[in-house]
Amino acid sequence: MKLKGAQIVVESLIAEGVDTIFGFPGGAVLPLYDALYGSKLKHILVRHEQGAAHMADGYARATGRCGVALVTSGPGATNTVTGIATAYMDSIPMVVLTGQVPVGLIGNDAFQEADIVGITRPCTKHSYLVRDVNDLARTIKEAFYIATTGKPGPVLIDLPKDVLNATAEFEYPKTVSLRSYNPTVEGHPAQVKRAFEAMKQAKQPVLYIGGGMILANASAELVKFAQKTVMPVTTTLMAMGAYPSRDELFLGMLGMHGTYAANMAMHECDLMVCLGARFDDRVTGRLDAFAKTCTVIHVDIDPTSISKNVPAHIPVVADLLDVMKKLNALADKDSFDWDDKHRLWLTRLAEWKSIYPLRYEKSETGIIKPQFVVEQAWEAAKGRNPIWTTEVGQAQMWAAQFLQFDGPRTFLSSGGLGTMGYGLPAAIGAQAAFPGRLVVNIAGDGSIQMNIQEMITAVQYGLPVKTVILNNGVLGMVHQWQEMFHGKRYSNSEFAMNPDFVKLAEAYGAVGMRITKVADVRAALDEAYKIDKPVLMDFVVEKEEKVFPMVPAGGTVKEMMLL
Amino acid sequence: MKHTISVLVENRFGVLSRVAGLFSGRGFNIESLTVAETEDAAVSRMTIVTRGEDRIIEQINKQLNKLIDVIKVVDVTAEEHVERELLLVKLNAEEKNRAEILRMVEIFRGKIVDVSAKSYTVEISGGDRKIEAFIEMIRPLGMQEMARSGKIALPRGTGSSISKAKKPKSGG
Repeated sequence: MKLKGAQIVVESLIAEGVDTIFGFPGGAVLPLYDALYGSKLKHILVRHEQGAAHMADGYARATGRCGVALVTSGPGATNTVTGIATAYMDSIPMVVLTGQVPVGLIGNDAFQEADIVGITRPCTKHSYLVRDVNDLARTIKEAFYIATTGKPGPVLIDLPKDVLNATAEFEYPKTVSLRSYNPTVEGHPAQVKRAFEAMKQAKQPVLYIGGGMILANASAELVKFAQKTVMPVTTTLMAMGAYPSRDELFLGMLGMHGTYAANMAMHECDLMVCLGARFDDRVTGRLDAFAKTCTVIHVDIDPTSISKNVPAHIPVVADLLDVMKKLNALADKDSFDWDDKHRLWLTRLAEWKSIYPLRYEKSETGIIKPQFVVEQAWEAAKGRNPIWTTEVGQAQMWAAQFLQFDGPRTFLSSGGLGTMGYGLPAAIGAQAAFPGRLVVNIAGDGSIQMNIQEMITAVQYGLPVKTVILNNGVLGMVHQWQEMFHGKRYSNSEFAMNPDFVKLAEAYGAVGMRITKVADVRAALDEAYKIDKPVLMDFVVEKEEKVFPMVPAGGTVKEMMLL
Repeated sequence: MKHTISVLVENRFGVLSRVAGLFSGRGFNIESLTVAETEDAAVSRMTIVTRGEDRIIEQINKQLNKLIDVIKVVDVTAEEHVERELLLVKLNAEEKNRAEILRMVEIFRGKIVDVSAKSYTVEISGGDRKIEAFIEMIRPLGMQEMARSGKIALPRGTGSSISKAKKPKSGG
């Protein structure tokens, strides 16, 4: 069957099982938009291309499938860069299709030309510039394969306009053959056994879980294994939801703003079992004081993560689902008395948990505490199977601390890159995938303004995302650092003016609410969750509130500041 | 410590920038880098000379392997291998030092490849110690300009690294 390049792209996406794409048209990509017209692909028209990339990312995180964004050349492409880098840092499978000027014009500083393959080289897993329409279908097949296998990540395909207009014989390839790309999937059985034996030796083990557990769809295996072996669990920001928050083995998030119990467990353990995490600086603090006295098991699909920051005694390069299944098989066959071995350790952990739980001081002034809003947002969402997204900063940390999770793919947050402006479009992407579920973005008044234009996208497509703005009138995390480490010199972190968020919501055709009293918090949330439209809730909260506990950047557990 | 890393890559548009960008983006050092086609036109070989502690070299190896277009990475420093570099150097060739130049070129088994009224251009190949020794000997005689190719290397023994590289695997 002979097809035009643009048609080949559409047919290839359909063959990949894509149902929804997020995009914005423009000159170079017009042939592709023409092919989309009347096709069965659902296209969500964003208002800024960064929004398209984050929506594709949110869609991918919520579903586990590959997200797809489509934009034009030049500024359309460059506007996606932050979204691509966000997905890259958090290993999110995504394919970004960018229009490009015709092949003959590339390099000529043509109108709306940008070397987007060059610009995104350091923040994509791989990228392609398709110069021949005959390579198009194979390239798309490879892009999806690369994006979704091994350590997932964004792949960019640059599509010159003349390639989209040229015709070629179309048959979508069934398989991919790449001699240079063979991600390791199976964990070496002897190495997994070694890890298991080390676990049996340990008196004070801790399971340190990263986003890889969610990416590998291995959360259920983790729950089974942790409960069988009675090992305490702490998760990174990226892994919130990989283990049920209310289980007694759960210690909470670790790291800079992690719980006392989680950080102490990491400090005092004799065995650190790192599963799909990468010893990020926000987790380790000062490296020379981290994991000095324990044995380290590190399972990761990415060999570069292993022994990069912290040397692993027992490294396993593998897909976590495979390793967790193998570990469960070993645990099932073993009659080891885990309870007995870990009893003392668990008692100590329980003590730490009860002496230093996550807490905040209740409001005495009548001004709403942001943590209270987050707690109530969770309480009000009980039984609604919610998906949470966040922006970045204090609101993000309070969300991680005070929301409770029952399962994976319910907490979508920009961890590695820390992208303000992620939460709203990510919520829209997740809502597009799950129209019937409650999707709530926990935002600050700073970050919500970074992609506020996507409110109209949510309204236009009837995607009833809820946004909780913790409005303290400052860039909270910056403000906190300035207070603590820069002698209260609040350089450019206070908003002298903010828009009227209620009117703004209304201007977009969404519902706006302003909540200023503690007593009104819960009722507002209950009401908002019932409304079948996007809602922007402006909670006016305490400005001086800080995120605690806090291990200062480059610090150690000993320097942990508690409330 | 200095390492010579031989990297087989797909002979494709943009591969050099991926490798060079990896080094600059992660702050790895490059002393020299050469790249050209191999016996298989679809494959290029890059030879990279770099320096770093073992931990850094391990990261360089792993990060290179992670690039989709990289077929195989071998740190030849640890293996039996031969390595060569080519030097072209243009020297002042005045009456008084011509004999000395010719003597040096002979000792180092080089060749004079271009002659003009006031200069000789000399070609020398060898390992880096030989090249550096030659430069040191010849510098006092008056050097006009020089070009070094950067090091290339091959493992000793029979066979091709390409055919020994992993076989394509199908997926998707």
